[in-house]
Amino acid sequence: MAREQVAHLLRRAGFGPTAADLAKFDALPVSAVIDYLVDYERQPDDVDSRIGQIDHVSVTTRGGQFSPNTDIEDARQRWLFRMVHSQRPLQEKMALFWHNHFATGYSKIAGAFGTIHGTKMMALKQGALPGRPGQIELFRRFALGNFRNLLIEVARDPAMLVWLDGRQNVRAQPQENFAREIMELFTWGVGNYTEQDVYAAARVFTGWNLRNATGGLFTSPETYYEFVYNPGQHDTTAKTFTFPIYGDGTRTIPARSAIDGMQDGIDFITALAQHPETARRLARKLWNFFVSELEKPDPAFVEAVASEYLRNGTEMKPVIRFILQSEWFSDPDRWHARYSWPAEFVVRAIREIGWSGFSVDAVRTPLTNMGQTLFEPPNVAGWQLGAAWFSTSAMLARMNFASTLAANQRFNLARSATSLGATPEALLEFFMLERLSPAQFDRQPYNELLTYLTAGEPWTGSEAQIGTKTVGLVRLIVGAAEYQFV
Amino acid sequence: MVTRREFIRDGIAAFTVGFAAPAFLSSVALAQGVRSRNLVVVYLNGGNDALSTMVPYQDPFYYSRRPALAIPAGQVLQIGSDGSGKTLGLHPRLTGLRNIFNEGRLAVVQRTGYLNSSRSHFQELDIWGTADPTAPTGLGWLGRYLDTLPAPVDALTGWSSMRETPRALVARNVGVPAIPDARAYSFSSPNDGAEAFIELVAASRIASHVPINRPHLSFVNGSIRGALETLDRVASVTAYASTVTYPNSGFALALRTVAAAIVRGIGTKVFWVQTGGFDTHASQGNAGAGAYGDLMGTFGDGLSAFYMDLRNQGLLNDTLVLQFSEFGRRINENGSQGTDHGAAGLMMAIGGAVRGGIYGTAASLDPNPDNPTLENSGGDVRFETDFRAVYARVLDGWLGADSASLLGGNFRQGSPAVI
Repeated sequence: MAREQVAHLLRRAGFGPTAADLAKFDALPVSAVIDYLVDYERQPDDVDSRIGQIDHVSVTTRGGQFSPNTDIEDARQRWLFRMVHSQRPLQEKMALFWHNHFATGYSKIAGAFGTIHGTKMMALKQGALPGRPGQIELFRRFALGNFRNLLIEVARDPAMLVWLDGRQNVRAQPQENFAREIMELFTWGVGNYTEQDVYAAARVFTGWNLRNATGGLFTSPETYYEFVYNPGQHDTTAKTFTFPIYGDGTRTIPARSAIDGMQDGIDFITALAQHPETARRLARKLWNFFVSELEKPDPAFVEAVASEYLRNGTEMKPVIRFILQSEWFSDPDRWHARYSWPAEFVVRAIREIGWSGFSVDAVRTPLTNMGQTLFEPPNVAGWQLGAAWFSTSAMLARMNFASTLAANQRFNLARSATSLGATPEALLEFFMLERLSPAQFDRQPYNELLTYLTAGEPWTGSEAQIGTKTVGLVRLIVGAAEYQFV
Repeated sequence: MVTRREFIRDGIAAFTVGFAAPAFLSSVALAQGVRSRNLVVVYLNGGNDALSTMVPYQDPFYYSRRPALAIPAGQVLQIGSDGSGKTLGLHPRLTGLRNIFNEGRLAVVQRTGYLNSSRSHFQELDIWGTADPTAPTGLGWLGRYLDTLPAPVDALTGWSSMRETPRALVARNVGVPAIPDARAYSFSSPNDGAEAFIELVAASRIASHVPINRPHLSFVNGSIRGALETLDRVASVTAYASTVTYPNSGFALALRTVAAAIVRGIGTKVFWVQTGGFDTHASQGNAGAGAYGDLMGTFGDGLSAFYMDLRNQGLLNDTLVLQFSEFGRRINENGSQGTDHGAAGLMMAIGGAVRGGIYGTAASLDPNPDNPTLENSGGDVRFETDFRAVYARVLDGWLGADSASLLGGNFRQGSPAVI
């Protein structure tokens, strides 16, 4: 039971258990595993340095170069590598959560600034090249950080300034794109504000622009772009909203001198971050992410989580710890109650089936066919989650990825099966219960899997037969509905 | 040109017949060959700037409120005037659609929308998808139509060209396959020959299970079955020899696949095709250059190729194209040579049965807050035709369905008589 509870925890707060994880955590109480995940700064942040080492999933280089800071395909490979191998799985998981929450698409940025700077703005690692860390590094840094501070950083993030056109938000003709989405999508949601609020918010962020910090050419990787507050483009007049901005109920951000005008945005973001409706909306999203997509958020959960968030001054770490420790989370009825995202599905499959000699480069196209190209959400609202992941073509892509990975791991799978003795039942039990972690199969599909093992020719347990049937069995389990849930 | 008087007359006629005898209307539709009819929904993703698609090129406020974006009168493709006498022209890149208009097979319905437009992409798309502005979370309007078809419903009765199934096609009993690329729509296996086939059979049998009390598993199993049951027929459209050369855009190639399915007689009743990039907050450009011209080129050239292909195949009378977008955009341009989210937009219908013309009346772009054709203090175009009235026309007049039950209300009155 404890082992299954840990497996559940690792599927939700990470990317699924490996056999080594389960062995490592076997002796620990679940609460200690939660602390291990949440207090992730105690684990080394060495994952990038392990790229290219044996016993790890591979990356594929083009022309001898691996360029994750300037080539988006390599940035995708690096992120997938991190999902497979990070010792801080919850940090990567929350980075994915924030990537979806503040959904920013690489293509628009590359269209405006070229592929090198598009990649840098999305994924530059601190110190690899001149410039600010890319947006995904921001989400890692704030994975369990303060939400208000994250919002402020996002409002000043170069990728976001391009994605929602803040770089062009000027006094004479304010740009509403970011102003609308920060209310509609990043904080409290539709229904809490009016069109007049959108106009006012756009004026708040006038002058929050982007500049070329080096003056260099955009073709040079050494050039970089950064946020600049441009006082000459800031609308200094007062902005009045239909809701309170300040603790005393004041609805107006006062007129300020241009030089002090950046405080408008700080005040506005602070008000949004601290609003109970923002707290509740985050709580509902976290319910769907961590607890269940099969039930609507329990109102008691929403109120409890919202209150943790507000009580802790918009800090996320106590909120996530609270959720993982709660009975809402641990209830066995809610295991396998969330539709896996494509990135979760492929990484978990790799961690459970094996990766020796497999390159994450082979994941990129299948992920796109499943509907989730990393760094390329369909729009600012992020991906359509839940059942929406499971169109016919996306499901075919999942089944076909299971086939690709099983074929790639043919020898490893056969070796583990041969050592096991040789009835069809033993083979099936081993893969279903030990190696893979699907939701429970009912008797009928379970029997279909047994039938599959002896279809074509009677069971002999020969090496050739085990080789053939093992990969087929693994692809059938991983391609079944029961495996699509975490 | 359809006058406003004719439009009102036709609208009331349809209302009367439909209201009095929905069963009769259905049998008429059947007699007219509704079995072979198909609907192709074209969605312009991002909120199309309707004022740039069909330009009120003699409205002085159009130029004063859009100094950088306005298309000069000399460049628009003039197509006459609407019932209120307002002269209108198509975007210069829509030459193909202008030709279809001149053939009388393109209808443009102006100022479509609904009361209190939310201006949110995502809420609007759900509203247009469910046809329910107050609770846009349930089944899609076309999904509800598919659910009325007699069981068993063929797995290819709906067809989405996207990776996802759009809200509009979400049905209770009918799964709509998502087929972004017919060539990639196949089942691969780690084993060869007979073993591969045994795997396919096993996958299909496993997915045929309906777990009790686990509807989410049943749902995924439905997707698996929907995929496996349609592989062969989807593969059959990949060898299509079209009668025209389609442009090399994803949109045009999706339409080419739709044409192939229609020509093959696959039996699909509702197709969904879309093209994106319409959220033009910045660098929209005007007639000569810029992002919006490219969008119109993709849209217009793709649809024209599709139209001509079907005409050459003699299948134009079986097909109705219905175009929409989630909202129009603000009248004033912003400081980035773009436009922000607005309210009413426009819809188009194209096909052999379409009664071409300009429907509805254009807004006056006078920013006076009292201007009744605008809303939001003169900032946005106010809707005139409820989008559900257009849906009602399509459901009743084309698909032979009962729009009042499918839309949860009677929207036939004032429905533009585009078919």
